[in-house]
Amino acid sequence: MAPLSAAIPALPRRYHALSIWVLYIVGLCPAAWYFYQAATGGLGFNPVKTFEHLLGIWALRLIIATLAITPLRDLFGINWMRYRRALGLLAFYYVLMHFSVYLLLDLQLNFAAVGGDIAKRPYITIGFAALLFLIPLAVTSNNWSIRKMGQGWIRLHKLIYLIALGGAIHYVLAVKSVTAGPFVHIALIGLLLFYRAIRRPLLNWKRGRRQPARAAR
Amino acid sequence: MPAYHPPHIPSSDITPKHIYLSRRNFIGAAAAAGFGFATAGDALAAPLNAVPGPYKLNEKLTPKEAVTTYNNFYEFGVNKEDPAQNSGAFKPTPWSVKVEGMVGKPKEFGLDEILKMKLEDRTYRMRCVEGWSMVIPWIGFPLSALLDQVDPLGSAKYVAFETVVRPEEMPGQSGLFQALTWPYVEGLRMDEARHPLTILAVGLYGETLPNQNGAPIRLVVPWKYGFKGIKSIVKIKLVEEQPQTTWKNSNAREYGFYSNVNPAVDHPRWSQATEQRIGEGGFFGTKRVDTLPFNGYADQVASLYTGMDLRANY
Repeated sequence: MAPLSAAIPALPRRYHALSIWVLYIVGLCPAAWYFYQAATGGLGFNPVKTFEHLLGIWALRLIIATLAITPLRDLFGINWMRYRRALGLLAFYYVLMHFSVYLLLDLQLNFAAVGGDIAKRPYITIGFAALLFLIPLAVTSNNWSIRKMGQGWIRLHKLIYLIALGGAIHYVLAVKSVTAGPFVHIALIGLLLFYRAIRRPLLNWKRGRRQPARAAR
Repeated sequence: MPAYHPPHIPSSDITPKHIYLSRRNFIGAAAAAGFGFATAGDALAAPLNAVPGPYKLNEKLTPKEAVTTYNNFYEFGVNKEDPAQNSGAFKPTPWSVKVEGMVGKPKEFGLDEILKMKLEDRTYRMRCVEGWSMVIPWIGFPLSALLDQVDPLGSAKYVAFETVVRPEEMPGQSGLFQALTWPYVEGLRMDEARHPLTILAVGLYGETLPNQNGAPIRLVVPWKYGFKGIKSIVKIKLVEEQPQTTWKNSNAREYGFYSNVNPAVDHPRWSQATEQRIGEGGFFGTKRVDTLPFNGYADQVASLYTGMDLRANY
């Protein structure tokens, strides 16, 4: 069951490292472009809020992309595992920029207001918690940490599921009404998290189906 | 700052291109539909003449482009730029407003008749419940002037308003994900409705209302959050019971019937203590100002709510 993987030409191995760096650069392009637009009056009359929201939405998109790597491999045989770290780190950078814009440009370092928001407003509490949870993941996103931590690394990085859920809730609570845009992002996160719940039984079932076929041969 | 004189501003200087274009669309549509081109077309295109109103405000006006491109009008979409971008097909003429319910003389007002009311310049602060604000030079007339013409009965305690429903012209009213239920409805207590600050606006910045701002006629209640200012009104009904209001129906915990601007009562999800002035400060110096009780109109309206718990009646 891998028709899609056959349709996508395999990237020669010698370009793998380069393609990851290209992904980092391309991934940071939306932020750079929107920053340029905001600074030159291209984001309308509330550029700070618009920029802040766009960074948040891109952070969610990158989290969705990160979570999609495993199902893409399981279900379609597309192995993009080499891009997962870059996608996860990009998501962290976007969350960090999202928070920085809120802190510096929106509330203008009014720490009392920031503290009040984090303490009193559930969607900001959840968003801030997600940012904090992302820090250990970002810090350990390197080969050395994986070697050093072993099974602990895998357990730690399961936090991304909680972070994705938090990001989705943060988004739902931040909008006045859930329309098509928010719905699509939240539905994708829901679907990708749901996949984790059914992944083991699904893979076992697939393996079980393959076994008799092989025996018959 | 000197008083505002709309006739001194050449319309060519202040009318953005997309309004010309929507106007051309309108004229084309009007001609195609075969109704009075001269009357309707002129009524739309001509700048409005208004006399200075009673409430002066010495604050910097929000640029017209900001007023007409950054706002909420969910019938055209939920993003701030959606109303300006998606309202080109909306036809604000011909138009009429039915005034009915507990009145001695129910009446349907045609737009021509409405535009013959004594129009005044009313520059008001506008505070959105989302935490941003503007200063807008409206043109309109007191709602009470309209109510006087229909002979309200003593038993009428509230005024209910209703926005037009035209899914074919208002993209937000069709499709899979509709943000609210239609028609958009709003309401005021009778004393609020009759307060001299409460106006029906037919224009801004010296001209008739652009589609995205609620053409051809909308409510402006400057001491309440912006969503109370219902747009593109087709019906006004005087009633005995407190009427349904759209945002309260959508989320009663967050939006109340009164919705008076109040820095001391936070929205459940965000603070209402400060507001961001749109069109000032730019990207690196957002202008944040303290929100005032009743949006700065406490001297005029606080007495309407004497003895009322404003925390419970948010």
